[in-house]
Amino acid sequence: METELFVRYGPALLYGFGITILCWLVGSIGGVIVGFLLACLNRWGPRFIGWVIYAYVEVIRGTPFMIQLFILYYGGPYIGLLLTPVQAGIISFIIYGSPYFAEIFRSGFNAIPKGQIEAARCVGLPESRILWRIILPQMLVPITAPLTNFFIILTKETAILSVVTVPELLFQTQTMAAETFTFVEPFLVLSLFYWLMVVVTGWIGARVEQRVTRHLKRA
Amino acid sequence: MNFSFDTIWHNLPYLLAAARWTVIISVCGMAISLVWGTVLCATRLSANPFWRSAATLYISFFRGVPLLVQLLLFYYALPYVGLDLPAVEAAILATGMCSAAYTAEILRGALQSIPRGQTEAAYALGIPSFSLWRRILVPQAIRIGMPSLVNELILLVKVSSLASVVGISELTRIAQNITGETYRPLEIYITAAVIYFAINWILSISGRLIEKKLQIG
Repeated sequence: METELFVRYGPALLYGFGITILCWLVGSIGGVIVGFLLACLNRWGPRFIGWVIYAYVEVIRGTPFMIQLFILYYGGPYIGLLLTPVQAGIISFIIYGSPYFAEIFRSGFNAIPKGQIEAARCVGLPESRILWRIILPQMLVPITAPLTNFFIILTKETAILSVVTVPELLFQTQTMAAETFTFVEPFLVLSLFYWLMVVVTGWIGARVEQRVTRHLKRA
Repeated sequence: MNFSFDTIWHNLPYLLAAARWTVIISVCGMAISLVWGTVLCATRLSANPFWRSAATLYISFFRGVPLLVQLLLFYYALPYVGLDLPAVEAAILATGMCSAAYTAEILRGALQSIPRGQTEAAYALGIPSFSLWRRILVPQAIRIGMPSLVNELILLVKVSSLASVVGISELTRIAQNITGETYRPLEIYITAAVIYFAINWILSISGRLIEKKLQIG
């Protein structure tokens, strides 16, 4: 183990980690937002939109992320869509994540008994209040765990962005490995960084879960 | 370079033959994931603090370590402790046990969302605990957790492509090989994507059917 290596490559690795976090955060939060909108449109929108969303969910969920990324980054220019690697990475992350999130939100909607919503309509609550005050607080209970799961899965999917030359963590690690002919050190650091992300995500998920299940606990 | 359907037509049999391994690994992995995930979930919710923390540790390990590393561990490190698994079995076990950690969390989320009052009411009525699980908790948990479970199983199908690192010629590996021979990445990868899509579509349709079946009201 040569510590001198880390002094030399430390900045590059940290830069790569920053890019990884940027793509992951923007991409997955964007995915949550788009997924939530899709789930809402699917529930309240007209029927044909439901069919479009169904097709979108099935196609994006059913094909590998790497192929979607390839098509966006290398196929995009054919239709005049020129993206930098980081832009392509973030956009494809949003596209890839949103159907999974939409499905998770759909399961959350389904977990709320119909009677509650009917009752809320009867007392004259507007649909938006029903969503924010009745559906959302309750649906967070079953969906927080799957949401955390998927955020964790996405941390590791960021590694795939290296195939379109996004200068993220794996890309920097591979560069370091290739230039110095060391393999244990770079990949050890790599797994440490990923592990850090997963632990922090898991911890935040656990905290959120405590918060949203507070009303279920007995005093 | 124009799109060559000829290449696709020519190589389709090889890709389909490779898809067989993808299907075998993912179907067996799913079985392990569902059964073992249910056990883990029950362990995680148990009253015994030892079992509870053991399950928590298992989940954080299998979610925290990349599957690729787990796969390599199962195949290359287990022989040192006297468990020499063939490649396919190692791949099935690794994907199944990793996915079980995610499944357990999904089921836990679903179970916790069932109002406690139902359990209490069942006890008050003298319903035995087996019937409580069999008739009341599990059907509702499956209905609530189904979309997330299908998400997880679909990811399992796609992640089976990692099995190529222990020498299994599954779909992605064969697609890479054929691309190397024909220099037609677009055609071959799109075909591979369509095959993956077909497998996953069957999964999500069955998921929706089960969900419909368990729908109430």
